[in-house]
Amino acid sequence: MPNDENGNNNNNNEAKKDSVPQPDPVPTAEAGPVEATVARMEMVADQTAPQESAPSAPVAIELTAEEDPSLVRAAYEHPLPIRITHWVNAISLFVMVTSGLRIFRAFPSFGPKIPEQVLLTIPRYVTLGGWLGGALQWHFTFMWFFVASGVLYVAYQVFRGHYRTMLFLPRDVAGVWPMARHYFFFGPKPAAAGQYNPLQKLAYTSTIGFGVLSLLTGLVLFKPAQFSGLAFLFGGFHLTRIWHFAAMCGFLAFIPGHLIMVLLHGWSNFYSMLSGWKREPEYQE
Amino acid sequence: MITRLDDQELKRKSRRQLLKLAPIAVLGAFAIPKLRDRLVEEGVRFSDWASGATFRSQHLAQTFSNSEVVPFEKFPYNGYDVLDPEVDLEKWTLTVEGDVQHPGEYTLAQIQALPKLSQNTRHICVEGWDVVGSFGGTRISDFLKLVGANTGANFLEVECADDYYESIDMASALHPQSLMCYEMYGQPLDRKHGAPLRLQMPTKLGYKQAKYLDTVRVTNILKPGKTGYWEDQGYSWYGGL
Repeated sequence: MPNDENGNNNNNNEAKKDSVPQPDPVPTAEAGPVEATVARMEMVADQTAPQESAPSAPVAIELTAEEDPSLVRAAYEHPLPIRITHWVNAISLFVMVTSGLRIFRAFPSFGPKIPEQVLLTIPRYVTLGGWLGGALQWHFTFMWFFVASGVLYVAYQVFRGHYRTMLFLPRDVAGVWPMARHYFFFGPKPAAAGQYNPLQKLAYTSTIGFGVLSLLTGLVLFKPAQFSGLAFLFGGFHLTRIWHFAAMCGFLAFIPGHLIMVLLHGWSNFYSMLSGWKREPEYQE
Repeated sequence: MITRLDDQELKRKSRRQLLKLAPIAVLGAFAIPKLRDRLVEEGVRFSDWASGATFRSQHLAQTFSNSEVVPFEKFPYNGYDVLDPEVDLEKWTLTVEGDVQHPGEYTLAQIQALPKLSQNTRHICVEGWDVVGSFGGTRISDFLKLVGANTGANFLEVECADDYYESIDMASALHPQSLMCYEMYGQPLDRKHGAPLRLQMPTKLGYKQAKYLDTVRVTNILKPGKTGYWEDQGYSWYGGL
């Protein structure tokens, strides 16, 4: 893709325009290294037109790797453990939700058995396992993959310190609405301030919460007598079943949004979760 | 961390990293119909093993006050075939076989002569519903002592008047809340709830609580495909709570 560098420069310009008033593009001695680089790259792009008359100092500097337009900007975003756990978790989550819905179908209520009030009818075709016993087999098999991938993912993020880029913190609250406005109501795009925007942080951090909730409530449903203390914490066995269902609803809210965003952000973004490398990342550092 | 590299090099690196995901393809085995059933059965077996290994033999399941018990008429009748296999209660005896010192026929009176335990515990169905009920009976462990069972054996097998059959691990059978139950709500067990004798173990799912007991066998080996009516069709054998 020969236009990569130009496209990249355009992006930079746009980002700049959105965030801060653009200063004079001519680099000065006071400018920080990043500013200077951006400014110089703009100059380089401008050089496509003959510009003999005013050869400014930056152009005369020999191109470094940072500036060579034949090179591609890329970031190794997702280390192997993250990619493996992401995909194992994605597959497991699919199995857990579809088999879980089949299990729910056996008693689609949160009330008493007598009289049984059907809360919602789960269509067969969104379920896995064929019957309750089959669904339980899937559920009891993939719960191990689900938990193992989730625990390894979190452990790795903490170990590498990478969780800081995606953990939703109180300071991110203010950025959620502008981002949602941009996505859902065509508002202006807020300046990118890191690998993940506040809405992404909220979504990703929530999924960890849903995962922890589904694990803990799942333990209670699986072994209510062994984990009687945990059952008490969730308000007893009966309520725990509702919490377990709620955790699934959380995932079901996350998944379509996540998939739509992946679709909107194109192949290079999706491919980065397969290969780790992202071509032309939209952020700077 | 943004780096700059040659287009071809980026493609090469990306491909190499992509190939490292290959081990995930192992999960594709679950998509192969022939392997699928075997694999998920192994998954359940592993879960059963983990359940047995972490079972706390003296940890009690929650018990409830009389006010928390559902009314008798709201305790569901559940059976796999007929609800009343028409057991002749007058002539009924329990056959005891296997690894026991005193095999033979035991009457209900002999069982009721053992210490009685009444408890309000939660009965949980594999389908997801649960009821708190009131149960009375003798501890399985006391009964096993009476018949001189080898409690070092692995399993307790039961056969029922309605041709239902079950087997449980010895540790769960010896749990202090595991009952040979002959009373519900202070009344003799009614026919549809399994008269005259059923299993009642608050550390097991409902399908393990066999009704209309006919034969009890202490054994070290379970015949494959004959471990329990529902288990043989795919339910977890351990079925523990």
